[in-house]
Amino acid sequence: MTALSLKDLDISYGDTQITHKVSLDIAEGESFALVGESGSGKSTVLKAIAGLAPQWTGEIRVLGKARSHGVDRDFSRVCQMVFQDPYGSLHPRKTVDATLGEALTIHGIGDRNARVEEIMASVGLDRKFRFRFPHQLSGGQRQRVAIARALMLKPKILLLDEPTSALDVSVQAEILNLLKRLRREQNLTFLMVTHNLPVVSFLCDRLAVMRHGRIVEVASVDDLRRGDLKEPYSRELMQISAAHAT
Amino acid sequence: MRPLLEIENLRVTFPTTRGDTDVVRGVSFTLGRERLGIVGESGSGKSMTGRSILKLVRAPGRVYADKLAFDGIDLSTRSEKQMRALRGARISMVMQDPKFSLNPVMTIGEQIAEALLTHKSLPRREVNDRVHAMLESVRIAEPERVARLYPHEVSGGMGQRVMIAMMLIPEPDLLIADEPTSALDVSVQAQVLDIIDELVRRKGMGLIFISHDLNLVSSYCDRILVMNTGEVVEECRAGELMNATHPYTRGLIASIPRLDETRDELPVLDRSAWAKA
Repeated sequence: MTALSLKDLDISYGDTQITHKVSLDIAEGESFALVGESGSGKSTVLKAIAGLAPQWTGEIRVLGKARSHGVDRDFSRVCQMVFQDPYGSLHPRKTVDATLGEALTIHGIGDRNARVEEIMASVGLDRKFRFRFPHQLSGGQRQRVAIARALMLKPKILLLDEPTSALDVSVQAEILNLLKRLRREQNLTFLMVTHNLPVVSFLCDRLAVMRHGRIVEVASVDDLRRGDLKEPYSRELMQISAAHAT
Repeated sequence: MRPLLEIENLRVTFPTTRGDTDVVRGVSFTLGRERLGIVGESGSGKSMTGRSILKLVRAPGRVYADKLAFDGIDLSTRSEKQMRALRGARISMVMQDPKFSLNPVMTIGEQIAEALLTHKSLPRREVNDRVHAMLESVRIAEPERVARLYPHEVSGGMGQRVMIAMMLIPEPDLLIADEPTSALDVSVQAQVLDIIDELVRRKGMGLIFISHDLNLVSSYCDRILVMNTGEVVEECRAGELMNATHPYTRGLIASIPRLDETRDELPVLDRSAWAKA
């Protein structure tokens, strides 16, 4: 079944149109990457799906159901987002417990204590961090909290906006392993935005290359590993990545 | 020939409630007119090492060194005023994020000119010419137009090129680049580093490139120091990074995903193994 389907998605900020006719179908359980440089519109696509860029035309379907332009509670239950910067995306004056519990309060879900403990265990956060503030945690721990927050409502789809680009390589490895394990355990669907092709190669099944608000190529990760991308622009991105590989 | 920079047993200490903590613990190296990379994770002391060279470690932090000499000048005994004559003119530093290190209320042209005029006085026409020439050399296509813009009107990549222009216009002998491209995209990253590389080679400057990205450092430097918890754990030629012997360096290399990644799980550093020292 299709988990997430975009059809002719045009997203604008004011008078500026950011994306042009973006269409994608992502199967349930699939891990899909959007790659491209800054300004290609890849993050904007995620924002539109999450409801943070409401000025769009076209169609966004999540598990077969069309998404409205406004705040949509049913949608939040199935689809959640993890942001790039763990320093900026957690409320500085809320403890980990408050951050994780908030979604439960909004959606009127009980059993808060057990759920918070369960989710913290599943993202590998020790119980002692539960009543700490973000500034008392390291970057990697904060990103674990951000992932835990996104998983609180047991969604089916996670939108990941450069989840590891603000982290050190060794911490990046930990978070990537975590995401891979969570996907396997909870049968999650990932839509990840990144400019790091090796990360795509590790975590994803398929990728779409975006440029100037358009998708120029959709390929499988096997194609990427073999260096078998067709569009000149995709090949250019690949060469830049390969040039710095050791 | 005298080395450009000599550092022996550099220590940087910060007081905490639990006593003093050494963030840099006895780092020694010498630098000629070459490109040196310092790699390490957050908290490894790599940035503090770079900052101590310019004596930019603020109180309550303290810097000690058996020897801290730049081009034969003993930096440890220099006053703040004497340091100001060196900073920018002889040693300059490119910071991580142009969003925070450019002055938001000055045009780009004024900022670059200021870097030049701080150290010598020149007629206005010549200043303008040099600013424009410098902007051109960092591959900014319309220097006259860009010089009139404010930092918020340019992209991150262009902001970083502006900063490089500002740092290189007084023609320093040593450039310290502290994570110069971490805030930028991969495609722009390569561009910015190529510019630094070209200018450093052309002017025969020394470069200290501080980064957490092993791959970048190994492709842009001649020699690499790997730092962990304030100490240099490994020193090698850039080309020989793959043959690194220290478990920390090997762990870092292994944890980077590759373009043709087929491992199911990435190896994670076991910090307990060597962090006890």
